[in-house]
Parts: sequence; structure tokens; C-alpha cells
Amino acid sequence: MFREFHVLGIALVTVAGLMAQPAFAETPNEILASIQKEAAGTPGLQEFSVARGESFFKTKHGNEWSCASCHTENPAAPGKHAKTGKVIQPLAPSANAERFTNPKKVAKWFKRNCNDVLDHACTLQEKGDVLAYLLTVKK
Amino acid sequence: MSMHYKKFPRAVVVAILAMSVTMSIAQADDDRDERYGEKSSGKNGGENRGKPLHPAQTNAKFQQECSTCHVAYAPGLLPAESWRKVMAGLDKHFGSDASLDAQDNKEITAFLVSNASNRWNASTAPLRISEAAWFKREHNDREISPAVWKNPQVKSPANCAACHPDAERGDFSERNIKIPK
Repeated sequence: MFREFHVLGIALVTVAGLMAQPAFAETPNEILASIQKEAAGTPGLQEFSVARGESFFKTKHGNEWSCASCHTENPAAPGKHAKTGKVIQPLAPSANAERFTNPKKVAKWFKRNCNDVLDHACTLQEKGDVLAYLLTVKK
Repeated sequence: MSMHYKKFPRAVVVAILAMSVTMSIAQADDDRDERYGEKSSGKNGGENRGKPLHPAQTNAKFQQECSTCHVAYAPGLLPAESWRKVMAGLDKHFGSDASLDAQDNKEITAFLVSNASNRWNASTAPLRISEAAWFKREHNDREISPAVWKNPQVKSPANCAACHPDAERGDFSERNIKIPK
């Protein structure tokens, strides 16, 4: 009786685990491409720039924090929440395969962090620049 | 088959016994407090944390979303009204934008509200756990020297896990405290 329960239980857990996978898993390059696509036609749009992304990432924008305040100057290294001290896993995809693979999560964090760092949403140009930079950071 | 039937209840009995023993150990601390008339609602002016702090059945969204920047504070630490207020103001969450999409917000709010402190008799609803009377009493200057709060490893009263290693599980028992030197 116990054994039957076990088999059924393992089957259920497996199915639930498969279902819990993000429905729209993508690669960081696909996310970058979708930012590019969304930005197409924006007046004044420039080609995404690694250098501009890096400088944006490491500079303060009028508020107390820059991106690097929590993610550190090296996005391939673990960071630390500037306020609570909780460890933040590396942001660069080379060091953390989970980063920029879930569009919902990407949207959630750009919204939050841009608000914290800039007091308003980031432009698609800024998002594209930063992601272009992060994709060049080596582990 | 009949052999299985006989085994099954015995296993259940053993499991229940084991559970009740561990539960009574875990709650021993709190019970000591209760001798001082907590049920009269006088203690802490009615601002009492709940029991249990974490419900037996947790919520995956809550665990995932509320533990990214800090430990997932147990719902029993605050009353329902506090959680409603916290969840309605996530875009300005103690100085950070912690907003969620509407559906996730609704699900987590429901979980927090239905598992909020069941022993909070005051009409107050603080936003910060550290403003609750029970918290202040447990962490007053005689209990915790002011130097402890200044330790960079502690950093802030929000950092429960600095001294309560199992804060994530809602274990704040007196026996399980490690104050960093």
C-alpha cells in the first residue's frame, strides 16, 4: 500500500515539477533581441552599446544607489542588497545561467531597480545597453 | 495485502508521536511566556505575535517572492491589517520598489492575511515588525545590548537571520539564538 502511494507520489511530484518550469524560458540573447524589436522605431535610438551600458551600470543617477551598489562593480560576482545585506547571486549570464531567461522576471526587476536607481522606468535604450554590457562580462 | 494493512496504522502512530514530541519542544519557549497572563491581552498591549508563526502549509509564491531581498518574514509576526497595508504599498517598500504583478500580489496577500497573528488584540497595525510591542519587549536594551545592533554582521533589526539562524522557518526560539561576536 505504501509502495503504491510512493509511485503515485513521485509521478505527481515529477509532473508538478515539469509544470513549474517557466512557460517562456528564453536565452539572454533572445531577451536582448526582444528589447531591440520593441525599441525599433524609437526616435533617437542608437545601436546598443557595451561601453554605455557599463557606464550606466556603474554610475549613480541622482539617487543613493547605482546598479553596482548591490550587484557590485563586477556583475559576475555575487552581490549584496545595499540595505538588508542579503546575498544576491551574480547578474552576468556567464556566471549565472538563470539570468535573463524568464521575461516575466526580467520585467519585474527592471521595473523595481530602475525605480530605485533612477526614480522612473528605464528606456529600452538603457535596458538594451545594460544587457549588451552584461553579456560581455566574463566569469 | 493484509500484512500491509497491519503495518500502516503503526507507522502512522509512530509518526504522530514523533510530531507531537517535536512540536512540544518547539513551543516550550512560548508557553513559558503564557504563564504571565498573555491571554488577558494585557501583555504587549495586545500586540502579540501569532502561534504558530508559519502555517503548516506554506505558499510557494510567498516563499519565492518575499525571500529575495530579506528572509520571508513569517505571517504570524504581524496582524492581518499590517499585511494588507504592506502589500498595498509594495512600490514603495521601505525605500525600495518591490512591486509584483496584480495576480501574484493578490495570491500572496491572501496567504499573509489568512495566516496573520491570531493573538493580536490591539487595533494597531504597524508596517514594521520591529515596531510591534512584542518585538520591542523581546529585544529591549537589557536583552540585547545596543552594541549588537551596530555590529555590521547584524546591520539592521530587519536581518533576523543574523541572530536567529532558522528565522526562515519561523524558528525564533530562545534556544536557537546565535548573536555574532
